[in-house]
Order: sequence, then C-alpha cells, then structure tokens
Amino acid sequence: MANMSSKKVPIPEQDPQVRSRNFSEVSLGYTEEMAVEEAQRCLNCKHKPCMSGCPVNVRIPEFITLIAAGEFEKAYETIYETNSLPAICGRVCPQETQCEQKCVRGIKGEPVAIGRLERFAADWYMKNIQRTVVKTPRNGKRVAVIGSGPAGLTCAGDLAKMGYDVTVFEAFHKAGGVLVYGIPEFRLPKDLVKKEIEALKNLGVEIRTNMVIGKTLTIDELFEEGYEAVFIGSGAGLPTFLGIPGENLNGVYSANEFLTRINLMKAYTFPQSDTPVKCGRNVAVVGGGNVAMDAARSAKRLGAENVYIVYRRSEKEMPARVEEIHHAKEEGIIFKFLTNPFRILGDDKGWVCGMECVNMDLGEPDASGRRRPVPIEGSEHVIDVDIAIIAIGTSPNPLIRSTTSGLDTNKWGCIVADENGSTSREGVFAGGDAVTGAATVILAMGAGKNAAKAMDEYIKSKG
Amino acid sequence: MYKILRKEKLNSQVTLLEIDAPFVARKAEPGQFVILRAHEEGERIPLTIADYDRNRGSVTIIFQEVGATTRLLGNFEAGDKLADFCGPLGNPSHFDGVRKAAVIGGGLGTAIAYPQAKKLFNMGVDVDVIIGFRSKELIILEEEMAKVSNNLYVTTDDGSNGTRGFVSDILKKRIEEGERYDVVIAIGPPIMMKVVCDVTRPHGIKTIVSLNPIMIDGTGMCGGCRVTVGGQTKFACVDGPDFDGHLVDFEELMRRLSMYREHEKECLDRHECRLGGVLDG
Repeated sequence: MANMSSKKVPIPEQDPQVRSRNFSEVSLGYTEEMAVEEAQRCLNCKHKPCMSGCPVNVRIPEFITLIAAGEFEKAYETIYETNSLPAICGRVCPQETQCEQKCVRGIKGEPVAIGRLERFAADWYMKNIQRTVVKTPRNGKRVAVIGSGPAGLTCAGDLAKMGYDVTVFEAFHKAGGVLVYGIPEFRLPKDLVKKEIEALKNLGVEIRTNMVIGKTLTIDELFEEGYEAVFIGSGAGLPTFLGIPGENLNGVYSANEFLTRINLMKAYTFPQSDTPVKCGRNVAVVGGGNVAMDAARSAKRLGAENVYIVYRRSEKEMPARVEEIHHAKEEGIIFKFLTNPFRILGDDKGWVCGMECVNMDLGEPDASGRRRPVPIEGSEHVIDVDIAIIAIGTSPNPLIRSTTSGLDTNKWGCIVADENGSTSREGVFAGGDAVTGAATVILAMGAGKNAAKAMDEYIKSKG
Repeated sequence: MYKILRKEKLNSQVTLLEIDAPFVARKAEPGQFVILRAHEEGERIPLTIADYDRNRGSVTIIFQEVGATTRLLGNFEAGDKLADFCGPLGNPSHFDGVRKAAVIGGGLGTAIAYPQAKKLFNMGVDVDVIIGFRSKELIILEEEMAKVSNNLYVTTDDGSNGTRGFVSDILKKRIEEGERYDVVIAIGPPIMMKVVCDVTRPHGIKTIVSLNPIMIDGTGMCGGCRVTVGGQTKFACVDGPDFDGHLVDFEELMRRLSMYREHEKECLDRHECRLGGVLDG
C-alpha cells in the first residue's frame, strides 16, 4: 500500500542562521528510512507521466520502486543507465517544472520528491559502493569534445561507453564548466563533481585543460589531428551588462566574475587561496534567475549585512527555482521586486556607493509572454550599496564561431543545431547552452546525450 | 604542468622565464598574452608574451616581482613547473602599411614592447625604440632592443645612465624635430601610456597601447577586464589587449587596477610568512 501522505517527507537542511555563514551544503539529504518512506508515495503509474518530463528519460518509477524495496544499489544503476551524473541532477535539476510537475501525486498535494530520491540513490552509492569500471573495447576512433560542463561531460561519457577515444578540451585549469565555476559549493559540493569527472577518466576519457578552442587550437586543426567528429559544448559564458552609467565603477561585478572568484578560485578561503573577492556591507544583485540567487546567497556567506535582489518584475515572473527563492528568503536575502536600476553611483574614489532605481508596474505581456515592466514616474530612489552584481544573463562565447568557417549561428550568437546536435558543418555537433543560450544542466546533458548518439551514427555512416 | 626551461634575472626586480608550452608557442603572436597559475592554490594572472620559439616549443614571459604570485614566480628555478599556462589569448597586433614606427617601453613594458619592435623591424619597418626606467640598474633588454631598431633611446628618471627624463620627452623631441611616425606603440604603466597619448594626440599620430587590466579567465567570461574605449565598454581580453590609446579612459583603467590593493598586501604578507617559514625551518 502506498504512503498516502499529501506532503513530501521533509529533507533535513542546515539551519538558515548557521548556513548563511558557511559554504557547506544547505540540504543534508534523506536518510535510508526517509528515502524508503518517500519512495512509498509513488503510485508506480502504468503510463509513467514523470518520465515524459525528464530530458534524459530516467526510468523514474522503476528506480523509486527499488528504493522502496531497499534495493539502493540497483536503484542507482537504473538511474545511471540513462543519466551519467545523478548526484548532480538530484541537486540542481528544476524537478518542479520537469518530472515532478507531471507526477500524479502532485494533483492533490505535493508530487513525489523525485529529485531528492535521485540524490539519495547517488549519494548512497558513492558512499557505499566501489564503482567497478567496465571499459568498452576501444574502436580506435577519436572524437573531440569542447567544454567540460554538463553537455560535454555527458557526451564524452556516452561516447566512451560506445568505445570511442574521447578527448575533452577545457579552457579553464579545472574540468566541470558551470558545475565548478558557476554553481556554488553550498548547492553542489565540488567533491561530487570531482568524483563524477574521475569516473569519466576511468572510462578512458582524456581531459586536456588550458585548451581554449578558437585560440590554442581551432576546430579545423582538431580534424587535421585526426578527430573524426567534434562536439561543441562550450556553454554560454559571456556576461551581459545593463549598459547603465556607473557600471565600470570599482565594486561592480558580473555574476560570472563574482561566482568564478568564489567557486572556481575559492576566494572565500582567501588568503588561503590567492584570489580575492570584494564583498561589502550592502550588496545589490540585479536579476531574478538562479544565478542571481547564487550570487546573493554567496555574498551573504561572505559576510555582507544586507543583500538585495533587485528585480524589475514581480516574484511570479522570477525565473529562479522556487526552492532557491525560498532558501534565499530563509537566509535573509531582501527582495526588491518591481525595481529597476538606471544608474550606479560612485564616491570620489570611484567606488560604488549607491544604486539609483525606479519602481516598475506590470503592463501588457511582451514577446516572452511575461507582463512587461514599465517605470512609475516619480518613484526614483537610491539603494545604499557598496557592491553591485549584475546577474541578468549570459550569451555564448564568440571564440569558436569566429574561428570556425561554415558554422551557422543565430542573431544571439548561439550555434544553430538540430535536435541531434548536427550543425551546418559536417562532423561538427553542438549542444547545451552554446546552442540554446543559458538554460539548465539537465537540458545540456540531454543535448550531449543526443549528440553522442548522432556522432556515433555519423562516424559509422562514414565507414 | 609546464616546465621552466630557463630563468634569467634581468634586474633586481625583473625576471625572465622561458616555459615549455608547445601549444601556446605554435600560435603565439606579438601582442597576445597568457594566463598562468604558479601553483595549485594560485590565482590566475595574465602576462603578455615577451617572446616565443616555435621550434623549441617555448614561450618567454618577463615579469616584475610586485605581487604575491610574481614574487613566488621569481623564486622558481629552471626545472620547476608551473601548474597552468594557457594561451595565446587576446588579439595579435596588426601593423599593416606601417613604414616608420616608434616603439616605446616604460619599465617592465619594455619586455612587452620587444616582440612588437622585433616584428616591425623584421617586416622592414623603420623602427625607433624609446625605453625608459627609473634608474640605470633597472635597464632591461637594451642589447636586444638595439638589434631590432634603427635608433634606440634609453632614458632614466634620475639621469643615472646619462640621459635624464621620460620616454615621452624623447618622443616629443623626435616629433618636433620633424620625425613622421605612422604609428606609435606605447607599452608601460598606464600613466606613461596616457602621457604618450597626450604627446601624439595634437599631431594626429595613431597610438596603440597594450592594456593589462585585472582578469580571471582571459576568454571573455568574467568581464573584470572591462575598459572604456571611445565611450564604449570593451573587454581587454577578447577585444584587445591593443587599443587606440587616444580613445582609452586611462583614469578608469588606473582606478580599476587598484581594486584589490588591500588584498594584494594581505596576500603578500602571507607569502612572506611562507617564505620566511621555509628559511627558518
């Protein structure tokens, strides 16, 4: 008999007061008992609606049934068959708009906590099982993967499992892409990412860091070196700024820079690590996505007294995950909705000392379907801040498109690719944020997966 | 890891390291830079490429021991290895159609000006090199520069080498004497580049400066290196590092370079501690 509780089994978390001063993971994860209890809420629907919401088709009811039966190892293996990074997806996937949104239990109550269960299975496996690597016999064919973020890692893993010799080229000194430079430790511990990357290396994937494709090597040179196909998973790393006066004052960061300093360069341990980061007393983060939440919560952890999220629409339109907004509020982040900055003010030494904003009202829906914010005349005011972080989005880096002839891109600089990742250049595939613009980890993984399959077919078709 | 093939102390504060980095050497051009990390906990710092040898697969960097990382690098020896060495980044310098050029190096900037002078000279351009230092002991690359220039002027702030003054004074004199430069390339401290631009502006001489602001990735990702050029925000890493000096907002550049001054001191103190500890132990 299923557990008919209308609510998810609550997940233990660090106390908001405590966690807003450390970088350790917020969520502590289910115990075995909690996991079994939650798993029993699954009705094991015949038509499996949850699976249709998963970009990588995890066999959700199957793995949950195994958890309910205490078969944790098998549960993990079931997930791993279609998802090579379960510990990561269990933490950062927006389940509420994917699998859990389709869950029948969500009609009259909360859906089954699919994400938490996936995370449980992955953590349990990492803790208790020594992963045995079954190396597929090599087929002697070489493929190149550009970028070691979610798209690249997934593509590389799938190709290695098919027997290809895979080389991943990473521009940074460390592999992981947005998983290491973007998403903070308190949401995604870097040890986990490291373990997943080690697992890939054990599959035979070679990772070459400090290789900026478009600079150190070009895609044409990769083909000359004997790679038979190339996957571009270079993400969307170029920060967008507001284009308002004062944006180049000292103390204004792109969220990318602020988070990279903290996450990749470990600036929160300065001077243990050599990279510093400035964090004032009053910090304003402009934007309403997950990256804005990450920046705001990181600023709080660095010791800022007042951290504001400045967002020009209302809470309803915020693109950030509900869970992230909830966590941010618990940690004391102050939300200034319907507020739009139009000037950053500087002191006589050129440091940020305020942000001039105007209140907004929501008008008619715009092209994105969200109601368009319009300024309210006479509502101009100044927020007292000494650090401003701009988190209004990113776009794909031009380094590859500008050095690869015949590679079509759209007006936003995104590489044009079909659902299999095929681009306008033969043998060149692409996926993830480099194609879609900034999106989610799981969509990038799905794209990496589809591309791996298409690359295999392409290489086989060449004979 | 990237092995140090050769180390040379150019003066009491300036060190040259030749690094084994075949992939960088293969593509490197004058004007481009690398990002390196000295060790596993190290920061990423940009350094302009001072020279490269494609056959040997090596890239030369020259740096002044001012911060924690450069101080540490100065203690490395041939045979030691750097954790990371990434490049070549930024755009190469372009000198199409130049017949007469002045290449100006201020202090350490001389190291970055050298590959530019060398390239111009080898292209058959008539090159005047003007380099300036605080005093005689700090002069670097004088012989090297002599080989890649038609005229070489070396000046010191205190006159200890016999020629007292700033590089901009010599440039001004040359221009007033009737020298017609197609381009002036100025590389050095921002204030020197600014003064050179002030000298050339009234004469309408195209002036290229090479900027080295604070950056992390060097590929356009962090935006930390933004500079205002002609009223527009540019990223020095991907749009530069060479810019039209007459359009650069030098005040902003200098201000942004000072952003971590307190942190730099703290970090340096800690490194002194580390080095001290090694000596004591």
